[in-house]
Amino acid sequence: MDWFIHPFITNEFMVRALLAGVLVSIACSVAGTFVILRGLSFIGDALSHGVLPGIAVAFLMGVPGVLGAAVGAAFMIGGISLITHRSRLSSDTAIGLLFVGMLSLGVIIISHSSSFSGDLTRILFGEILGISTQSLVLQLVATLVIIAITIVCFRPFLLLSFDPEQAQVAGFSTRLFHNIMLFMIALTVIVSFQTVGTLLVFGLLIAPAAAGALLARRIQVMMTWSIIFGVLSMYVGLLLSYYYNLAAGASIILVTVIIFFIVFIIQNVRSRQIFSPRKKAHG
Amino acid sequence: MDKNIYVQAGSLDIGYKDETIVSDINLELRKGQALALIGTNGSGKSTLLRTIVSLLKPLNGALTVFGKTPGESPCRVAYLGQFHHGGFILPLRAIEVVRMGRFPMHGLLGRMHKEDDEIVWSVMRMMGIEKLANTPLRYLSGGQQQRTYLAQVLAHRADLLVLDEPTSGLDAGGRDLYLQAVRSELARGAAVVSATHDIQEEANMCHQVMLLARRVVAYGPPKTTLTPEALLETFGIVVTGDKRLRVIESVHGHDHGEELHDEH
Repeated sequence: MDWFIHPFITNEFMVRALLAGVLVSIACSVAGTFVILRGLSFIGDALSHGVLPGIAVAFLMGVPGVLGAAVGAAFMIGGISLITHRSRLSSDTAIGLLFVGMLSLGVIIISHSSSFSGDLTRILFGEILGISTQSLVLQLVATLVIIAITIVCFRPFLLLSFDPEQAQVAGFSTRLFHNIMLFMIALTVIVSFQTVGTLLVFGLLIAPAAAGALLARRIQVMMTWSIIFGVLSMYVGLLLSYYYNLAAGASIILVTVIIFFIVFIIQNVRSRQIFSPRKKAHG
Repeated sequence: MDKNIYVQAGSLDIGYKDETIVSDINLELRKGQALALIGTNGSGKSTLLRTIVSLLKPLNGALTVFGKTPGESPCRVAYLGQFHHGGFILPLRAIEVVRMGRFPMHGLLGRMHKEDDEIVWSVMRMMGIEKLANTPLRYLSGGQQQRTYLAQVLAHRADLLVLDEPTSGLDAGGRDLYLQAVRSELARGAAVVSATHDIQEEANMCHQVMLLARRVVAYGPPKTTLTPEALLETFGIVVTGDKRLRVIESVHGHDHGEELHDEH
């Protein structure tokens, strides 16, 4: 038993890491649920990497990385919307173009700094074991904002996921609420990158929510499962990292992905037993 | 301004930015009346419906819904589209889909009341799906899903129902329930516009029909409009065998794939 609690009793940095991790998990689960339901995975992926040049410039200028990430995210969303509306190209082409462009730009900027690999590792994989109080407070505020947005916009978000045209006809502007949703995803990415890094925040955005989607029959339940899986991954990932001296961010994400596959396998085995032949409601 | 005129179009051209699908549409739909749009795939039925609910902008001419620009009265308009993309992945039960029909009346945070629940259950009974209320959408058959979507539209208690092929995928029982529901919506004073292939029962139940073939072939009461000549012009071939008009379709092509799909 001691094995499970000891690291958190004796090390303040582990407590901070867990706190930050729980907040990130909640934010990622709430935003990630809609990323999964609306099929926005690619834009989530692109956003989490597209913020890199913003963060890199911020690091070089000595301003908080979060500010740079915000500028990077705004640039990404603006660029995607511009290309999609002003050309016949689909949004995933626009996303892909900006994604690789911004990622390369980020790496080029960082390669100019004196501690290239150190900075890059910090940005890509986060520094969950060195979270400041300031970052914790910021993460808390952002998580509360994300929860508030979800509560207020739940109906239009649900309609958008169900059928964007229904949302529009029902009087909820598709464009407005789509943009609010993108803002929410961007906010999640921006505040979470310090904890798990830009590379891994995407994993936390989709893996727990995807596992939740396999289990749940209701969106609220899906979100709850997602939070449980996210927090569990944080805890297990931190423990593994502590005892076996593994990279913390990567351990956490690997655990979330493993959880997804465990749920996936259990679901498949169960549905073969229960739904064989596939059970359908008749009436 | 006559408040009983729900939809009015004058010299209306509809279509997409770079392609006119149907031009010079004139129509007037009043409170308690039903209009059936009849035509092949790609004939302009869906385009007209989508223009009425303001998913498409009119290209030219005048179109008013409740005397206003389309899209200004979301609380009074219910729309059933042809395709529902989210149904496969969304963790939603049938009853939650039907409840969405009450969202326009309550906005973002308005609370649902007891009477909303009563409406939701009554329309589910009306479409014969009350026993499926707690079944996840993805476990429902195509016909059961269509009934659920219809119940959602009915739950709206709208003044204008705009329905794109509402009976697609329904079995005979489902179609009867649908026709019954439309009758009761009309009796309540609602107006209904639907795109349909049912030129027997549904079209004859309507006060007006419009035959479309990328132009308005005929418009008026079913008795004078659904003539073999007009149907021939609309569909290409008409077989009149056992007293029932049967239609063999030809497809009018246009670039926008959403109307071109396999229906049989």
